[in-house]
Amino acid sequence: MKIFYTKEHEWVKIEGTTGTIGISVYAAEQLGDITYVEVPDVGEDLVKGETFCSVESVKAASDIYAPVSGVVTATNDELMETPEIVNESAEDEGWIVTLEITDTDREGLLTAEEYDAYLETLD
Amino acid sequence: MSELLFTKSVKGRCGASLPVMDVSKAEMSDSLRRAKPAEIGEYSELDVVRHYTNLSLKNFSVDTHFYPLGSCTMKYNPKVCEKAARLDGFGSLHPMMPVSGALDRCQGALEMIFELEKHLAEVTGMDAVTTQPLAGAHGEMLGIMLIASYHRAKGNKKRYVIVPDSSHGTNPATASMMGYEIITVPTADYGDMDLDIFREKMNDEVAAVMMTNPNTLGVFNPYIKEISDIAHSYDALLYYDGANLNAILGKVRPGDLGFDVVHVNLHKTYATPHGSGGPGSGPVGCKEKLIPFLPKPAVVKNGEKFELNTKGVDSARITSYFGNYGVLVKAYAYALMMGSDGLRDVAEKAVLNANYMMHRLKPYYHLPYDKTCMHECVFSASKQAEKGVHALDIAKALIDRGFHPPTVYFPLIVPEAMMVEPTETESKQTMDIFCEAMIEIAEMTEKDPDSLHEAPVTRPVTRLDETLAARQVDVRYSR
Amino acid sequence: MKFTPHTIEETAEMLETIGVSQVSDLFSPIPDELKTEKFDLPVGISESETMKIMKKLAGKNDADMVCFLGGGVYEHFIPAAVDALSSRPEFYTAYTPYQPEASQGTLQVLYEFQTMMCELTGMEASNASMYDGGTALAEAALMALRISKKRSRIVLDGSVNPVQKEIVKTYLSFLEVEVADIEYGSDDSINNYLDGQTAGFIFQNPAFDGTVKDYTEINEKIHADKAVSVVSVYPISLGLIKTPGDMGFDIAVGDGQSLGNPLSFGGPYFGFMTTTMKHIRNLPGRIVGKTVDTKGRDGYVLTLQAREQHIRRQKATSNICSNQSLCAMNGLFYMSLMGEKGLMDAASLCKSKAEYAKSELAKVKGVKVADGETFNEFVVELSAKAEDVCLKLADKGILAGIPMNNYINDAENKLLVAVTELRTKQDIDTLVSEIGGAL
Repeated sequence: MKIFYTKEHEWVKIEGTTGTIGISVYAAEQLGDITYVEVPDVGEDLVKGETFCSVESVKAASDIYAPVSGVVTATNDELMETPEIVNESAEDEGWIVTLEITDTDREGLLTAEEYDAYLETLD
Repeated sequence: MSELLFTKSVKGRCGASLPVMDVSKAEMSDSLRRAKPAEIGEYSELDVVRHYTNLSLKNFSVDTHFYPLGSCTMKYNPKVCEKAARLDGFGSLHPMMPVSGALDRCQGALEMIFELEKHLAEVTGMDAVTTQPLAGAHGEMLGIMLIASYHRAKGNKKRYVIVPDSSHGTNPATASMMGYEIITVPTADYGDMDLDIFREKMNDEVAAVMMTNPNTLGVFNPYIKEISDIAHSYDALLYYDGANLNAILGKVRPGDLGFDVVHVNLHKTYATPHGSGGPGSGPVGCKEKLIPFLPKPAVVKNGEKFELNTKGVDSARITSYFGNYGVLVKAYAYALMMGSDGLRDVAEKAVLNANYMMHRLKPYYHLPYDKTCMHECVFSASKQAEKGVHALDIAKALIDRGFHPPTVYFPLIVPEAMMVEPTETESKQTMDIFCEAMIEIAEMTEKDPDSLHEAPVTRPVTRLDETLAARQVDVRYSR
Repeated sequence: MKFTPHTIEETAEMLETIGVSQVSDLFSPIPDELKTEKFDLPVGISESETMKIMKKLAGKNDADMVCFLGGGVYEHFIPAAVDALSSRPEFYTAYTPYQPEASQGTLQVLYEFQTMMCELTGMEASNASMYDGGTALAEAALMALRISKKRSRIVLDGSVNPVQKEIVKTYLSFLEVEVADIEYGSDDSINNYLDGQTAGFIFQNPAFDGTVKDYTEINEKIHADKAVSVVSVYPISLGLIKTPGDMGFDIAVGDGQSLGNPLSFGGPYFGFMTTTMKHIRNLPGRIVGKTVDTKGRDGYVLTLQAREQHIRRQKATSNICSNQSLCAMNGLFYMSLMGEKGLMDAASLCKSKAEYAKSELAKVKGVKVADGETFNEFVVELSAKAEDVCLKLADKGILAGIPMNNYINDAENKLLVAVTELRTKQDIDTLVSEIGGAL
């Protein structure tokens, strides 16, 4: 199992060909109180680098980009009723989708250390 | 908090008296009939009048409060314009009259549109104007449609629209609605679009450059001719967002600066009321090369007679009739009253007022673009934010002091933005009292910042939980 | 007449504070070569002179004609209290309620408006108004495309007003969208487009020719195809007719003019849009929501703003900013005054008087009333050109109807006649006899 991050602040956990995607703790903090997570449909094709859903707070909306390509196998439906889970547990219970990964392209993905270093450069 | 009207319903009441049934009653057939009445309740006329009159008292408005909401031009709305729009000869005309055998019986209505369009063409320096767009953003949409139609007719392959990062949100939203991708150019130190980056981003696939001048920072862009020349050299057209036209009436005309299309917000510049959020009106002017793409129907003068031209190249239509006609009547009355001298005076006093407030408040609030402003100036509450007092707190504290706050957190490029637009109709006394309140709040930030977090405390409600509203969506009452 | 309050002394004091000697110095950021010499307008005039000109213009219009025109907007009764309430300056001189604590009046009014529009249309959620009926329909088409994501066809049924169809087509003509326009009276059918490719089907009920239909079964087919169904409705008719909600539509739109707004030569009116809770985040425009303040008291705010242009910029659900709040308020005040029974009675009067007009016109030689169940508007075929008949009746002070050739081809002799509760039996009898005389 490996966890990667993107410069757009998504994380993806990869176990074999199974992936789980969410937004990073940093992204959740930046958005503030999250009011809505738009969850894609099961079976939807995600294309690496393309937006597949969005996360909203009262005063902001942020598109979420697929870190890897694949087909959605499950969605976190609890986010529909309680989007605040993303604020409370962005990188665990606040996961958004799981998918069957269909590509091997890992370009642009950052390790946790690389991502932390990247965050340092932002402020 | 006021009870909702619905809680006051008593079955059997009615606040309206309908004409009598003087023919035999007919029914819809069973399969088409409504299953049960709309559950809206039943009230007497007094129930309704008292309920809504009391609700009206919970509003701040131009007639009751100083309302320096930047970019919205909340000037005084003259009462005579309201009176004109309510004349029976305008108010009771059906819009299909001209095409239903009564063209001769609505000549005055068409003449008014024709004359207002002529007036706006002169003010903006454009070759033609249509009064059809129903709001500023609707005008922007028509403007981008004209540009897209122009490129389509010429066979130009265009994909992008350039906007400065200080632009109104409607600019990129409009261009995107019309199928364009957006290129955003950052603001340079002089207070508008960075020219080097603009040059770099400009390419053959750019359809249009959308500018507001003066922009949302209140800065007049002196390089506009250069921008226009660069854009035109790629056959990109220049769009003028007229939201801030108030500042330059009779001083500068967008058409003379190289702009190809302009929209005018009559609810800002021409003093028609904002109506709690509309109706607005956003007439669009354009240069000759875009006239063939204007939407139908157009009012034309044939000899002494006013007629409708319903032929458009693409049979483009953006609304069913002639625009928000009642708003146009108010704007025309205003235009007549002001005349050339009055409109110039509007611009001068709007700019004088904004600069006066800027100078009075500058010692107390950070001014990121410290230069002579036009109709508005943008402060940042960054100094106050260090003490934990944010633009939002200052806005709410102003409400407690009897003022509608400035626009806050816009433009997005200024952190803790507070955008102040006094407009020309405010007196020195009113602005002085407002400035003193702002200064007092700045002092409170030093002495007792926490007290400002509670504001407002004088209104029917304190701060409202917007997060809850967005999470547990409740947009209608249900029994 | 000027509305700037500045005295010469005050101007001087202000200039001194600023540190310049004259007002023209403040325009120094504008390069001289950009300043205009040309500003060829007459000088300003007084309030009384202005009113004189406006009265003269208004006087050139005949405001007293007996009106049988419809086509989407109608002359209905408006209680005096409607205008009295929307003339409260606290409403009409305020702006969009960005600061909720200083705008609870507007916000609660709009929440009540949304509630009533939901009740009237039988839907679950409403926005706080659109510009007008035609643009609301175009926005509904865009909303159907958003909901259906990857589908890119919009089908416009023959029931839709051809002018409004042009608005929808204009809006969509700049996007990569296929518009299937089923022409009025053509053999083409929506069944030909139930192929998994259509994002939205758009209907009008009553149709622009006045006929009323139950769309329940059609909507079942559309939903089986996972497409979105949209209907444009005439709100007054909903006093009697089965609601869009009961027929299974996903989105209902319409022009709210008939609810308390004067004809005013085409505007300002308001558009409305209602839908199901499932689709609320795809709605364009302002939405008011209920919440609580820090003391737990009920209050109202603009909500779901992350959909909107001022936050999402190019990714917004629409570019709409100002809508038609004051006209929507007129709609709310009207519905409140009418009440549940009043709305039904008004609709019943319209229906009954129209049926009377139909039966009387059918007796006239040279007049054929079109088939089909209608509400208050219907088509008649005349033995002469409709335009000529309209011209003759205009001379008698009657607006007889809208010649159908304004909407469709090959309809020279067809006339669209609307009857509202304001037309008396005598008005109708006069119309009938004058049409008879004109043929």
